[in-house]
Amino acid sequence: MANGRPVGGPRGMRGTRKPKNAGRTIARLLGYMSGKKYMLVLVVIGILLSSLAGVVGTYFLKPVINSIEEGVATGYFDVRAFIMKLAVMAGFYALGVVGSYMYSRLMMNISTETMRRIRVDMFTKLQSLPIRYYDTHAHGEIMSRFTNDTDTLREMLSQGIPQMFSSSVTIIGVFVLMCILSPMLTTLIVAMVFVITFVVKKIGGQSAKYFKRQQKAIGSVNGYIEEMIEGQKVVKVFCRENESKEKFALINEELFDAASNANTFASVLGPITNNFSYINYALTATIGAALAVTGVLDIGTVASFLQSTRSFFQPITQISQQFNSIINALAGAERIFELMDEEPEHDSGTVTLVYATKDARGTLSETDARTGVWAWKCPQDDGTVTYTEVRGDVRFEDVVFGYDENKIVLDGISLYAKPGQKIAFVGSTGAGKTTITNLINRFYDVPDGKITYDGININKIRKSDLRRSLGMVLQDTHLFTGTVADNIRYGKLDATDEEIIRAAKLANAHSFISHLPEGYDTVLTSDGVNLSQGQRQLIAIARAAVADPPVLILDEATSSIDTRTEALIEKGMDTLMEGRTVFVIAHRLSTVKNSKAIMVLEHGKIIERGTHDDLLEQRGKYYQLYTGMFELE
Amino acid sequence: MLKKLLGCVGKYKLPAILSPVFISLEVVMEIFIPLLMSKIIDIGIKGGGGVGYIVKVGGLMVLMSLMSLMFGVLSGKYASIASTGFAKNVRKKMFDKIQDFSFANVDKFSTASLVTRLTTDVTFVQHAFMMVIRMMVRSPVMLVSATVLAVSINAELARVFFVAIPVLAVALVFISTKAFPRFKQMFTRYDNMNSTVQENLVAIRAVKAFVRGEYENDKFETAALELQNSQRRAERVLIMNMPIMQIVMYSCIIAVLWLGGNLISVGGMETGELISFISYITQILMSLMGLSMCFVSIIMSRASVVRICEVLDEDIDIEDNVSSELTVDNGEIEFKNVTFSYSKNKSKCALSDLSFRINSGETVGIIGGTGSGKTSLVSLIPRLYDVCDGSVSVSGHDVREYALSELRNAVAMVLQNNVLFSGTILENLKWGNEEATQEEIEKACSAAAAHDFISSFPDGYNTYLGQGGVNLSGGQKQRVCIARALLKRPKIIILDDSTSAVDTATEKKIRDAFKDELSDATKIIIAQRVTSISDADRIIVLDDGTVNAIGTHDALLENNEIYREVYESQQRVVE
Repeated sequence: MANGRPVGGPRGMRGTRKPKNAGRTIARLLGYMSGKKYMLVLVVIGILLSSLAGVVGTYFLKPVINSIEEGVATGYFDVRAFIMKLAVMAGFYALGVVGSYMYSRLMMNISTETMRRIRVDMFTKLQSLPIRYYDTHAHGEIMSRFTNDTDTLREMLSQGIPQMFSSSVTIIGVFVLMCILSPMLTTLIVAMVFVITFVVKKIGGQSAKYFKRQQKAIGSVNGYIEEMIEGQKVVKVFCRENESKEKFALINEELFDAASNANTFASVLGPITNNFSYINYALTATIGAALAVTGVLDIGTVASFLQSTRSFFQPITQISQQFNSIINALAGAERIFELMDEEPEHDSGTVTLVYATKDARGTLSETDARTGVWAWKCPQDDGTVTYTEVRGDVRFEDVVFGYDENKIVLDGISLYAKPGQKIAFVGSTGAGKTTITNLINRFYDVPDGKITYDGININKIRKSDLRRSLGMVLQDTHLFTGTVADNIRYGKLDATDEEIIRAAKLANAHSFISHLPEGYDTVLTSDGVNLSQGQRQLIAIARAAVADPPVLILDEATSSIDTRTEALIEKGMDTLMEGRTVFVIAHRLSTVKNSKAIMVLEHGKIIERGTHDDLLEQRGKYYQLYTGMFELE
Repeated sequence: MLKKLLGCVGKYKLPAILSPVFISLEVVMEIFIPLLMSKIIDIGIKGGGGVGYIVKVGGLMVLMSLMSLMFGVLSGKYASIASTGFAKNVRKKMFDKIQDFSFANVDKFSTASLVTRLTTDVTFVQHAFMMVIRMMVRSPVMLVSATVLAVSINAELARVFFVAIPVLAVALVFISTKAFPRFKQMFTRYDNMNSTVQENLVAIRAVKAFVRGEYENDKFETAALELQNSQRRAERVLIMNMPIMQIVMYSCIIAVLWLGGNLISVGGMETGELISFISYITQILMSLMGLSMCFVSIIMSRASVVRICEVLDEDIDIEDNVSSELTVDNGEIEFKNVTFSYSKNKSKCALSDLSFRINSGETVGIIGGTGSGKTSLVSLIPRLYDVCDGSVSVSGHDVREYALSELRNAVAMVLQNNVLFSGTILENLKWGNEEATQEEIEKACSAAAAHDFISSFPDGYNTYLGQGGVNLSGGQKQRVCIARALLKRPKIIILDDSTSAVDTATEKKIRDAFKDELSDATKIIIAQRVTSISDADRIIVLDDGTVNAIGTHDALLENNEIYREVYESQQRVVE
């Protein structure tokens, strides 16, 4: 991907959505800025200064022009008084400049920091959410909270709100000024505002339906693009280029039709408000001049009032433009807070994992040194602490589980794995193999029945400690951006280079890593696209090996490695598994053959169990699978 | 580069021209209003023109603002037609181009990046185009005509502008050039931060399994802080725009009032003219501001333009011999000293110096480890890629001599990562042959062992598949894909590991059906399992891009070490 932008980034075309509870969202946003109270006060002062200085400056046109007029009328131009008036005007303007710079600078600091804090909170929250959350929310959806939603929110904080505020101040200020200058002309302006509001409302109502149509068209164009590009190679193999072009032309035309209509409404709004202000200007000039002729107003007042009408309508236009984006941003903020309010992964475990030393009598005591002996540290009710050695004894007792309540995936599973045993699970997709491993590491909690680990109910073990004691190689190997060494080191952050190379050799990954352009320092791009699936699995195995856990879970760990390579790493795998309790899920039966016990799962139940030879003898499901009489999917 | 993109305006040229024309007219109307106003004051009020004159000129002013309104609305309308039309054409052109991409072209861009280019980037460019035909016209026209009018009112006073405009222009250019690289850095960091998030979403199970939440949090915090810092660095420069603009504008107003006041007192100017002058100050300086904003957004959309042009300018490296009238008569295949590499750099070959012949109607199995070149080899037959050296012939002619559609219609390939599209099963099957009858379809599905399970669905062949065929299991998807390929009634059919999720018994049925119903067609089967190919006429053993051996199952078992190893690794357990 040449200089590509983030893949999950903004998908460009998006519509407006309304926030559900704007008040609460704003209050929460303000909560993020509560530490900046004084700065915010300064921002308000800055905005007030800058808008009011503009208003006062405009007002000063009146005495300035009048003093010129006086000079012309009386034949004596009082230069000193004139300079004085200009100086006062300049002073106000200067205040305005200082005010506007001050508030935009402060607001920039506040908004960037607020956004950072929101992002970090969001990310931290994300890390704490249970796997279930990830199951039920599309990545794109979550991603757009980090991109679209934070972007619009930032824009609102740094521009929208200050501008809205300053526009309102200006409008009020100018309105007061106009009332002082000429209440009569002001009524004309007010009438005009009503006309504009009416027109804008009318147009707004019309455009809503076109925007809806546009949204729909965008959806179908984007969907079609994604599907066709994903399937580009199939399109080519079947020579369907022309059909796909034709279909695209059709929906693209539809999008154009909806978009051009919707955009027309949006882009005539600016000229309309702008030109209404000119109509107003013209009317004001005519009526004001007529009043001046009859002596009701002086020329300075007319000049000052005219300038005011311009500065009255500009903020109105601005507010009407900002309004939509603020609504949009609040809806985004709401989605962000929604994520932050998600229930985090629940953990009431108190048992922790520590390094221990064992003395001659077999008594365990805690130590900081990496002894290679692990112990569960169990705090008791009476305040004392007991230690249990980590051996890898895992038992399931009548475990019942379903991802949602109506659909049971595991139905009364009981099994045991004694320390150092290799236990395999076999069965078709949906039989519940992966679910079993997901329960051992508490990605999901067991509602019925219990799972014990060295005699301790796993609900009592702190999740992070439980998972540290389990090494996992998952079906989908995900690597991270970084070097190959970094990725292996992920299993043990303080692993030395030697340890990493040893782990890589164990997984038979050393030879291909050495062939990479930079060896162990080769940078892998997002999700390791420059490696084959099989190579990625080898790295994932090395990653688990370096962690050196007492229990290993291999979920289709070698599915993408061809059988010949698999045979090559078999020895390494055997070394890796030695002395550990291992749970293996494999598609290929050759991988599980030498297990201590093989469990055949079907519809959430263990239907057969035993060694390879036992099972073949039984002539049951395993035998059928083995001889290829049954489909495994 | 830009020229090529502008070609996409196409039939929207008229609105693309009308919009700037109307916006210029709008500006002209707008610009005369302060001038008329000065006449009202100087002649109407002070010159004794009276209410009659005031109403007359005032009426003209209202009329002009109404016209300006009309022009403004028209310009807005044409601008949106032109810009959305432009976007439509760009999208279409890119989409068509991508359809013409060869496999090598597709490999070069990732799917996600192509989708982003077609959606987000096009939207950016659409907005920039709109900006250009409106603001980029409005601002300079306003700048020039307001200046001209100001000079015509009072050349002496207008000198203020000749100081102010360059000062502001220099300041704006300075700020933009300084801000641009800082923004660029900011965007890079932004991308980095987002990819961290993306990665964590995808790999959440790995993160949780290794208990690396804290570690990832720290990583993200650093990225977010870096982003904040570069954001501040960039915006610190940009927010200078406003105060500078204000300083220049306010200084102009003061200077004009001071000079104008003095001029009026000696009779060199009228009061009304002075007031209109102040209006022009705002208009002129605002238009400069607008211009600088335009430049910023154009610069920002430049990256999008580049990405779009990368797609449009991509050289399609497979040249279609469209005019060729050669037809594929049989399924004979011959490789002569074929060398092939995915990259231009030929030092790393996927295949080197392959030579063999496959007779029409023969069944050939291909086996070899990951990365041995199996997929590369078969990809050359329907000319998904071109060879670097040597030649591939089908039916006695080099594949490059055929029209691509003729060749590919005769060679059916079931890809490793095959895709079904949203639509009914029937619609998907018809990709193979638009005119296929129900009978032919059922026959093909039976051969692919798909008919039974399709018929078992409540909607049968009309079962609707979601995107990617999500509601079928892996093995079912593969069988539908095979049926789809069979419907082409090909001379050569290639299965690239296409039965990996199908159980061995069903796979055997498919192979038997192939033998009976595709007796004339050449069948090439890539497989991981030895059982999938053991009954083939011949088996090619590939190793590291070269042919290690060719022979029957028995012969290879006898004297090929690799084949024996693969066989044993799979058979050991059966004994």
